Amino acid sequence: MSHPHKAQEFIANENRVNWHDKSLWHVREKRDKAVNLFPEWEQLREKASQIKSHTLSRLDEYLEEFEKNAIANGVKVHWASDAIEHNDIVLSIFREHGVQRIVKSKSMLTEECHLNPFLEKHGIEVIDSDLGERIVQLAKEPPSHIVMPAIHKKRMEIDELFQKHLHTPPSHGDENILTAAAREHLRQKFMKADAALTGVNFGIAETGDFVVCTNEGNADMGVHLAPVQISSMGIEKLIPRYEDLGVFTRLLARSATGQHITTYTSQFRKPRAGTEMHLILVDNGRTVQLGREKYRRSLHCIRCGACMNTCPVYRRSGGHSYQSVIPGPIGSILSPGRDMKKYSSLPFASSLCGSCSDVCPVKINIHEQLYFWRQDITQATNEEPAKKISMKMTGWLFTKPKWFRKAGKFGRKALAKLPRWMVYNSMNVWGKHRELPEPPKESFQEWYQKNRKNNG
Amino acid sequence: MGKADIIKAVKANKPNELPLPSLDFPSSNGQSLPSLFEERLLAGGGEFFFAKSRVEAETYIQSRIKAGEYKYIAGALKSLNTFDLASIQDPHELELLNLSVFEGELGVAENGAIWLSEDRLIHRAAPFITQHLILLIREDQLVDKMHAAYAALRYHDYGHGVFIAGPSKTADIEQSLVVGAHGPKSLLVVMLPTEA
Ligand code: SF4
Repeated sequence: MSHPHKAQEFIANENRVNWHDKSLWHVREKRDKAVNLFPEWEQLREKASQIKSHTLSRLDEYLEEFEKNAIANGVKVHWASDAIEHNDIVLSIFREHGVQRIVKSKSMLTEECHLNPFLEKHGIEVIDSDLGERIVQLAKEPPSHIVMPAIHKKRMEIDELFQKHLHTPPSHGDENILTAAAREHLRQKFMKADAALTGVNFGIAETGDFVVCTNEGNADMGVHLAPVQISSMGIEKLIPRYEDLGVFTRLLARSATGQHITTYTSQFRKPRAGTEMHLILVDNGRTVQLGREKYRRSLHCIRCGACMNTCPVYRRSGGHSYQSVIPGPIGSILSPGRDMKKYSSLPFASSLCGSCSDVCPVKINIHEQLYFWRQDITQATNEEPAKKISMKMTGWLFTKPKWFRKAGKFGRKALAKLPRWMVYNSMNVWGKHRELPEPPKESFQEWYQKNRKNNG
Repeated sequence: MGKADIIKAVKANKPNELPLPSLDFPSSNGQSLPSLFEERLLAGGGEFFFAKSRVEAETYIQSRIKAGEYKYIAGALKSLNTFDLASIQDPHELELLNLSVFEGELGVAENGAIWLSEDRLIHRAAPFITQHLILLIREDQLVDKMHAAYAALRYHDYGHGVFIAGPSKTADIEQSLVVGAHGPKSLLVVMLPTEA
C-alpha cells in the first residue's frame, strides 16, 4: 500500500492527528530551545558533516583499524553482509551459550534485520527493554518513530495493553503507575536474561570503543548483568578519532529531544571479566548506498529523529504510514534505495519545505535527495510503463480543507505548527506563490504537471 | 560473504578522499563552570548541592537519608556503607542496592554529565541497578564542554565508562516525563571545593 493510502487511515481520526502533530512539534520546540543556547551549533553541524564525509571516503581503512583495536581489546568482531548473515551470527552465538531469554535495547538495525521474529521462531524469548519499544512489542506493532517508538499511542491504549499483558490494575493511563509497572516487569527480565543485545550509536576506529546512548539506562541494565553481550553496528556508524565523539555527543540529544546529552552515554571497550562481548558489523545495503553519489550523504545519519519531528507530513500522517523501518524524511531516502518499487511513494510524502535539512545535525541534504528520488522514480516509471508506480503525492494533506481554514484563523499560532508554504497557500495549495526551497530548479507545480502528464 | 565482501564493496564504491577537519572549539568564557553545571544538571532531572568540605558533604547526605530508609548502601562514603561491592562476584546480587555513592572522575558543565569508569564502580552494573545514586565531584574536575572531556579521557584506560547526566528517565507515555525508568529514581550530585 502506498503512503497516501496508509496516511488516509491515520488521518481518519482527526483528533489523533492533531494530538500527534502537537506532540512532535513540542519535541521540535525543545530542540530549538537547546540549540539556540549556544552559538557554535552551525559550526558543530559542519564539522560533523565533514567528519562523516571523510570517514565514508576511507571507510575500508577505518573498518580495518576499528576491528584490529576492538580485537586487541578482547571484543569478538563479526561481519555480516546482510540481514540473514547478521541473524545467523546472533543465533549461533546464542546456541553456543545455550541462550533462551534475551533483553534488547533499542536498535533500528535489528529492526531492519527483522531479528525479533527470527529469534522467536528459534524458540528464544526476546524482550525489548526500552519502554516505548516494549509498548509496541506488546501491541505487536513496529515502532512508529526511531527515538520515540510509541509516540502514536495514547495513554489509555497503553493502560489497556498493560492490563492485558502485565496484569496491572486500570490506572486511567497514569504515566507514573504505568512506568513503575514496566520497571518491575522489566527488572525481572533483566535479572533472568542469558544475553543482552544493543545497537551502537558510534564506533571509534582509533580505540575500538563503541558508544551506546539511552535515557532509561536499559542498554546498560541488560549488558552489565548478562554473561553475553552482542552489539550490532551498521558500518556507517564509524568515526575516526576519539575526539570526534565530542562533536557527535553534543549534537545527538539536543537534536533528538532537546536534552543537552542523553542521561547515559555508555562507552564499551573491553568485555567484563568472565563474560563475552560480541560486535557485529553490518552492511545490509550500506555499501550500495555508498556507491550512489546523489544519496551517499544519507549514510551520515545518526538517527536523532529531528527530521521526523519537524516534518509536516510525518506529523500528520504518522510513522506507520511509511511502512518502512525508518519512517519520515530520512526513511523516505533510505527505503527506495533498498526497494525502489515498494517504497516508490515515499519520496512524494514530502512538501519539500526543507525543514528536515535545516534541522539535520549532520547536514544531510534530505529534501534535495527526496527530489532526486522523485526524478529517478519518475524515470523508472517512464521506462517501464507497465509497472506503473503510484505517483500520488501528499494531496491527501489537502483533502481536509478544515485544517487549512484553521491554519488561517489561528494566524500566528498556526505559523508555529505549519511551515510557511502551507499557511500561505491555504486557499490555493499548489498555487504560484509557493515558497519552494532552492535547489529544485523547476517549480514543484511545473514538475508535477509535467510528470503527471507523462504518467497519466 | 562477510568481511572480504564488505571491504571490497567499500573500496569499489567509496568516493575520493575528503579531508578530516580539525576540531578547535573555543573554550567557553563568562558563566562559571559550577553554576552552568548546576543549571544543566537540574534541567536533566538531577539534584545539586554544593558542600564546603567533605565533612559537610557527609553530613548533608546523612541528613537526606531517613533512619532505616535504605538498608543497602554502597560506595565511596565509608560512614554510610552497609554493602561491600568488592565482596560481590555476581552483579545480579546488586539488585539489593538502595543507594550507591561514587566519586566522579570528571564533570562537564555544558550538560551536567559526570564520567565514571569501571575502576571506580567496581561493578559496571552498580550505578544502573541501584535505586538511588549520589555522585561526588570536585570543582576542579569540571571541564566546560564535551571536547575538553574527551581530550582528558583520550589516554585513560578503561574497559567500560559512562557519562551520567541525571536519574534514569523516560517520556514514552504521551511524552510525559517519568523519572526512574529502569535505573536510579534519583540522582544527587554533591560538589566539593577544589581543596576537598
Ligand atoms: S537524517 Fe538527520 S535529522 Fe534525520 S534522523 Fe538522521 S541525523 Fe537526524
